[in-house]
Amino acid sequence: MQSARGAVAQSALALERVTCTFASRERAGDRYTAVRDTTLTVGEGEFVSVVGPTGCGKSTLLNVAAGLLAPSSGEVRVLGGTLTGINRSAGYMFQADSLMPWRSALDNVLAGLQFAGVEEREAETRANAWLSRVGLTGFARRFPHQLSGGMRKRVALAQMLILDPKILLMDEPFSALDVQTRQLMENELLELWSADRKSVLFITHDLEEAIALSDRVIVLSAGPETHPIGEFVIDLPRPRDVNEIRMTPRFVEIHGHIWHAMKDEVLKGYAQSTKSQ
Amino acid sequence: MPMTINTPRLRLMLYHALLLGGLLLFWYAMTEPGLIPPFWFDDPTRAKFFFGQPLKVFERIWTWFAGGAIYGHLWVTLVETVLAFAIGTLLGLVFGLWLALAPTASTLADPYIKAMNAMPRVILAPIFAVWFGLGIASKVVFGVTLVFFIVFFNVYQGVKEVSPVVLANARMLGASGRQLLRYVYLPSATSWVFSSLHTSIGLAFVGAVVGEYLGSARGVGYLIHQAEGVFDIDTVFAGILVLTIFALILDFVVTRIESRLLVWRPGTAETEAV
Repeated sequence: MQSARGAVAQSALALERVTCTFASRERAGDRYTAVRDTTLTVGEGEFVSVVGPTGCGKSTLLNVAAGLLAPSSGEVRVLGGTLTGINRSAGYMFQADSLMPWRSALDNVLAGLQFAGVEEREAETRANAWLSRVGLTGFARRFPHQLSGGMRKRVALAQMLILDPKILLMDEPFSALDVQTRQLMENELLELWSADRKSVLFITHDLEEAIALSDRVIVLSAGPETHPIGEFVIDLPRPRDVNEIRMTPRFVEIHGHIWHAMKDEVLKGYAQSTKSQ
Repeated sequence: MPMTINTPRLRLMLYHALLLGGLLLFWYAMTEPGLIPPFWFDDPTRAKFFFGQPLKVFERIWTWFAGGAIYGHLWVTLVETVLAFAIGTLLGLVFGLWLALAPTASTLADPYIKAMNAMPRVILAPIFAVWFGLGIASKVVFGVTLVFFIVFFNVYQGVKEVSPVVLANARMLGASGRQLLRYVYLPSATSWVFSSLHTSIGLAFVGAVVGEYLGSARGVGYLIHQAEGVFDIDTVFAGILVLTIFALILDFVVTRIESRLLVWRPGTAETEAV
């Protein structure tokens, strides 16, 4: 609660009245507005989750925050300044496999340092340290295809965190994992996060995951023209265990509350996805 | 490494040997004058004239290697093949990367590249012989025109199909334009080059031999052409056999290099207990 309240004064990341309109490839003149007039902020050291029905433009928002996609209108503010180009203060964890398949786990982790011109020996030492922090000691020489899905996510996590970004952008990073591995990863993420409290914007379609991890949950409307329809402060105590916290009465209460607000949008999103098929 | 002799494999090798032996025996029986009564040609020595004789062929190969006459020719063919392969691959890689990353140049060059690829390039060999003489150069240039397009199209495709997620990730990790080229596009394209390696080394070899055949003073293709000119079928077959073995060795070397360099690729026989 405290971190959430303190955050309002100083935001690490802010999307201000962001609209993203895409021109249709099939028919010129046809336009598709994925995100409309969206304003959201992530306070310094705050863990914010964005939930919404499938296909509502959650990833679009994250790409805008990362600077990979320029919004049609509106602006992105990062640590006080306006963002142009790639967001250098942010690390991005993708939903799909993002590791370079031709590089070993170690070489993947040290990629960011290599790009920054860090000396090779030092980069290797730091990458090895990060590999052991994510529990992959002894897997340094493996290639991505020789690792399991959960291990690849750990490598991606280390790859992102080695650059010590102030802001973490995470796009359903654990959605491809099985439930058990996923809960393990969620706990590990919370542990790593609590060590130095980075600002996190976490995208997910899983409300339980969002509540268990976050200080604040933002609910998006169904697409197209997605915009936030609700914001909920999660006042569950930390440190949390994502598995245990799901059983607490307060969790169930919050869950019911947010779900009530989301339900209509989920149904709308579902209706739209079946219509367009 | 399983070094134990496994019987199914040994048996397969035995069958391979039996098949080869059978074929050679058949060849011998059909061409040896007077061994079986003539049923197609009137003259019993006619079959020998058209199809050669296995023993004579092996004798010819033996004298080539024992007398050392073949090495110079083999060396020339090898040099031509390797040069054509190396230059063609390098050019294909550079142009493939360039055109894949420069949309304007790509749209401009597209119809011409398609036209040049569609053209039956074997007819260029005589022209190259006129331009570059009867030495090694004309064969190398001819081989390059064959190899270039294979590598070019593979690299072009490879760059176009770099995973957008991997690319976005590298950009988020701070890669500059040049670093993207060096650390993402190039390794990705190289893997496509390797997948075309067998085809391109094969074509470099074809280029060398066809070039020699059409006009030269050295090389295995030249030997075959000479023998053909005097109806020495045994020598023609000997030349073909030497070329085949040579091609197999090249292919073997390529396979070794490939498996060395592409360890990161998921292989079928690479299940490893974690």
